[in-house]
Amino acid sequence: MNTQVTLAGVTFKNPVMTASGTFGSGMEYSEFVDLNRLGAVVTKGVANVPWPGNPTPRVAEVYGGMLNAIGLQNPGIDVFLERDIPFLKQYDTKVIVNVCGKTVEDYLEVVERLGDEPSVAMLEINVSCPNVKEGAIAFGQKADALFHITKEIKKHAKQPVIMKLSPNVTDITEMAKAAEAAGSDALSLINTLTGMKIDIHRRKFAIANKTGGMSGPAIKPIAVRMVYQAAHAVKIPIIGMGGIATAEDAVEFLLAGASAVSIGAMNFVNPYTTVEVIEGIEAYMKQYNIENVTDLIGAVNE
Amino acid sequence: MKEKQTAIVLSQAEIAPAIFDMWIETSLAAQAKPGQFIAVFPKDKSTLLPRPISICEVREDRKALRIVYRVAGQGTAEFSGYQAGDSIAILGTLGNGFPLEKGEGRKVFLMGGGIGVPPILELAKQMNADKMVVVGYRDSNTFLREDFEQIARVYIATEDGSVGTKGNVMNAIEENGIEADVIFACGPMPMLRAIKAYAAQKGIKAYISLEEHMACGVGACLGCVVSTKEVDHHSHVNNARICTDGPVFDAEDVNI
Repeated sequence: MNTQVTLAGVTFKNPVMTASGTFGSGMEYSEFVDLNRLGAVVTKGVANVPWPGNPTPRVAEVYGGMLNAIGLQNPGIDVFLERDIPFLKQYDTKVIVNVCGKTVEDYLEVVERLGDEPSVAMLEINVSCPNVKEGAIAFGQKADALFHITKEIKKHAKQPVIMKLSPNVTDITEMAKAAEAAGSDALSLINTLTGMKIDIHRRKFAIANKTGGMSGPAIKPIAVRMVYQAAHAVKIPIIGMGGIATAEDAVEFLLAGASAVSIGAMNFVNPYTTVEVIEGIEAYMKQYNIENVTDLIGAVNE
Repeated sequence: MKEKQTAIVLSQAEIAPAIFDMWIETSLAAQAKPGQFIAVFPKDKSTLLPRPISICEVREDRKALRIVYRVAGQGTAEFSGYQAGDSIAILGTLGNGFPLEKGEGRKVFLMGGGIGVPPILELAKQMNADKMVVVGYRDSNTFLREDFEQIARVYIATEDGSVGTKGNVMNAIEENGIEADVIFACGPMPMLRAIKAYAAQKGIKAYISLEEHMACGVGACLGCVVSTKEVDHHSHVNNARICTDGPVFDAEDVNI
């Protein structure tokens, strides 16, 4: 049985990754799961300088999911290179670094710093965080802005680039095509859906930022639909995510057209989810006598 | 070592209106420290996130934990229906707990307010000091009072004045004319702010246990942060993680 997948020339031992922002740089979850088992660790977003993030409360539960507005709190590229990269190097897994910024120049600075780091397999560009006022999603909701920043990043990036798309758009295929046309090597989707929750007893927003990004099993059908649409619109590979809780969910994304999948909010619910999904995919392949996991990609019967 | 596991409920009782007292048989009891907490997961899949609940007591053989919690929403309402023999999904033990050594051999206030009272019990049991427990409640439902009375001098404040000092824990300190070298506390934010101000004025240390809405509970999601005086070691900003860097902080170090 072969669980390997190759995206933009990078080969992963299996298609299961961690969704940015839900797994830190792996340190906190290394107490629960053997990081060597994972296809890749996708890190929390890293900016050129430390970002303090948003006021609290930053998280709230909603039916079948959660809202978050962390605001990309992160220590910046210096600390990341000194602490997180050496930590991740100890493991036999691929490292994908999620990059965030407020301006194009911010992104480029991080991209260039990471260019000298051979242990970084790919860069995932966060142009879809709904919780920061400047940058981020501003680049991810207009096709021309997305095209422009992708083009700039591709000029400077030494590693293959994954543009992470926002679901908070009218037409996901338009965004997917813009990223592909600008040279993006892969796509990841979906980031969180912008949501809101109000505490009716205190008449207050549940999240200090008022809006937050919704994730968790409740958003999965939307994510599967968008992965399917994007997969039919572009030729570059897609990392699918959004509410994956089980191997069955992961297989659904693969059948819809994703070449790999990421586990996000469910890490919080069950810290062993990633490894359980890997084992469950293997069990599914055995059950249906599937030799290569790549045979599942886009293999839904039309 | 943190672990998520399925544990067994040994007993449960409602000890005050909406306040539940549950004993859980779990191997996590072996490593539990006062001031640490566990995350409890509802079984209802519509309520995904774990509920952080403080450890109230560790059984002497270190094979069971006691949690005392208030029913505040769907998750805790579900827990309150569990009976002896039922399974319960927990993750722990989380957080650093109280720095017991800071109180060793000294005069200490162990202060709890409302649903912040429970973690003070195991702290009081393990604290080797001249200890005064100062606890505040809304009314005459002074849960855990008898447990405290067996191990320390106890001063009670109630908002309605039905038991002890009328008012809050600060009023109880004043009315009883008591003093301490160190304070350990858990309770609502206004109480912790008052304790921080009191400690600063007296020039003594206060170690306070904070709470915030949490998601992962293990320091990965950065959901539950508190503003800190110094740059925090994780994100190098001024936001420490309550779940892993706390929940207990030196009151001087946090901006609350």
